Amino acid sequence: MDIFINGVGVISPQESNSGFPDNFKNYSAEYLKCIEPNYKDFINPIQLRRMSRILKMGTAAAKLCLTDSVVEMPDAIITGTAMGCIEDTEKFLSTMIENKETLLTPTSFIQSTHNTVSAQVALMLKCNSYNYTYVNRGFSFESCLLDAKLMINDNEANNILVGGFDEITNNHFSITKKIGWWKEPINSFELLSSKTTGSIAGEGTAFFMLSNCRTEKSYARFAGIKTFFMPSDKNEIKENINEFLTENELSLSDIDTVIYGLNGDIQSDKVYYSINDELFNHSNSLYFKHLCGEYHTASSFAFWIASEILKYQHIPEILFVDAKQKSEPKNVLIYNHFQNRNHSFILLRK
Amino acid sequence: MSKRVFVTGLGIISSIGKNVSEVLDSLLNSRTGIGEVKILNTIHRDIPLGEVRYSQLELAELAQISQSKGFTRTSLLGIIAANEAVKNSGIKVRDDKRTALISATTVGGMCSSEDLYLDFLNPESKNNLEYIDTHDGGDSTEKIAEHLGLKGFITTISTACSSSANAVMLGSRLIKNNLADRVIVGGTDALSKFTLNGFNTLMILDKELCKPFDENRVGLNIGEAAAYLVIEGEDSCKERNAKIYCEVKGYGNANDAYHQTASSPDGVGACMAMQKALSMSKLTPEMIDYVNVHGTGTPNNDLSEGKALANVFNNKIPYFSSTKSYNGHTLGAAGAVEAVIASLVMNNNFIPPNLNFKTTIHELGFSPVTKLMTDIKVRNVLSNSFGFGGNNTSLILSAI
Repeated sequence: MDIFINGVGVISPQESNSGFPDNFKNYSAEYLKCIEPNYKDFINPIQLRRMSRILKMGTAAAKLCLTDSVVEMPDAIITGTAMGCIEDTEKFLSTMIENKETLLTPTSFIQSTHNTVSAQVALMLKCNSYNYTYVNRGFSFESCLLDAKLMINDNEANNILVGGFDEITNNHFSITKKIGWWKEPINSFELLSSKTTGSIAGEGTAFFMLSNCRTEKSYARFAGIKTFFMPSDKNEIKENINEFLTENELSLSDIDTVIYGLNGDIQSDKVYYSINDELFNHSNSLYFKHLCGEYHTASSFAFWIASEILKYQHIPEILFVDAKQKSEPKNVLIYNHFQNRNHSFILLRK
Repeated sequence: MSKRVFVTGLGIISSIGKNVSEVLDSLLNSRTGIGEVKILNTIHRDIPLGEVRYSQLELAELAQISQSKGFTRTSLLGIIAANEAVKNSGIKVRDDKRTALISATTVGGMCSSEDLYLDFLNPESKNNLEYIDTHDGGDSTEKIAEHLGLKGFITTISTACSSSANAVMLGSRLIKNNLADRVIVGGTDALSKFTLNGFNTLMILDKELCKPFDENRVGLNIGEAAAYLVIEGEDSCKERNAKIYCEVKGYGNANDAYHQTASSPDGVGACMAMQKALSMSKLTPEMIDYVNVHGTGTPNNDLSEGKALANVFNNKIPYFSSTKSYNGHTLGAAGAVEAVIASLVMNNNFIPPNLNFKTTIHELGFSPVTKLMTDIKVRNVLSNSFGFGGNNTSLILSAI
């Protein structure tokens, strides 16, 4: 059954509403942070005061998506986040350590659970239906897509709100920097020319309305999703690509556009370049992490990019790895991996 | 969507036993695992916990891991129970693309990161670097997947205390949609000061043994556990002539949409979850022989769940008990722990009594099973798991 992307709501380090911005923002900070909207436009001020940043970003992006899709009540809410609500977790944890387990208050504990955003959205909408949260690193957003696909195939839902989100905080950044995840600050637009290991940290939240019928809002079709864990070599990746395309009744030559999860790490990027050279030489080669940074659910930002490309049939120049358009975008493949452990393919079609 | 899904393997470690047979023995002897703090390094010595009474090293040994640096307690518990489930089912999982793993957890590696956090934050410190990337929910799942050599789909669910019931549900859906032949489903959560203190600030912990569904209940006891079930499609079962424990007959997921932590007074979400599971199973309420209730022992949950039961069962309440009086509330693992117990109940013809119960909740007027029932044919079990954020899930497991 065809699945249509009928709405988007994205809060990211770029101006990322419906439609690409005229200019993308360049960063040279240690990490990329979201451009946050005026939350009073979405959330009532009493609730707002108690909410952490990711909770605000998550609920606002969900609301943007609902408005964009003109769906008032989704039949399911499915979110994916690897790290959950880091700010609240850190807050409760540090206070607990500092005060030696005394004088604690519950608010940050309550809001520290990974399902806080999906629960808050349900609460806001008074939505009693199916509600899930996936928390498996670079498979978190991918699992939402798979779940939504199953639901629509099984006729269990017409409109499903799916979203991916992860936030960066100072502490989370400096802790993960110790294990080599991040480069010294660079110009984000020069991500691919750094010749060093590590990436540039980022964050974002992206919600989508996946539906079983086309509307005038439809951006594109979400056609397929496949994840695989720790492939032992390049051949196993190729095998997975072939299986995935066969399942979707496509061949390599049908894929006109590939969005790679290139993140500037000279080691872990190698696999993207060789897959591109060996299988997708004919396709438009795009990347996106210079715009949003690296985080576990960054593929949700790529999902937004692909949706916009297919809807408006326009690929902004800044997305090209090698700066030339080879064909019109009809079948867009997103190939992302996190730390070479969580590999995924997502297919969107015109 | 017609393919049937069966439970063919069980694995568990909790405060009442390090494997299925020890857990069964505790249930048949009404032995609780909840007691004085022995393992967790907390100042709250007066709050009872359902601890697995083994150190990190002893757990590593049980998990058959020689070098356990970088393994959190959550991961070790998970590996032990997942190993047992796989072994028990007799399936070969290494390099098999058709075996998936759906695991669940609420706080993941917090049990380690809360002790190492200051070290993590110190830019000069090079200690414990191997634990930095173990904090998240996916770590324990991926450790299990690597340990078992899995090549199929893997993911992790975190919907608070309903997490691993949701793992059973998603696993079944994968099989019905032919995305896997076998799925290892379950969850793992180790005790942490973070959760203990969190629940403590909410003032919902009982300083004595919890009394689920008692008029004078004051709160819950938290515990730690890991439990996994191997579930399998009917073709795969037939092909290898698998031993079958029971069938996953129904499931339902709903959101209470009432409050981040409290249940709605009438248990709207709980009702919906149970009704969805019933309608999918095509069973009538009278056909449910036993309900393993969520029954945390908090004033709010038990009243709300009780009202939902009264509503769903039209006041003809089946036998029910809360096994949280044995294991404590094992959070992300609870749904799978209770699914394992449901399988044991049906295969051993008993109903475990609800411990520590004295007085019927006045507003409900019905009580749980309080004495061990043996030689009783239990055909259909309803198992409830409700969580923070209003995430409610009900499972129906049936004898075959």
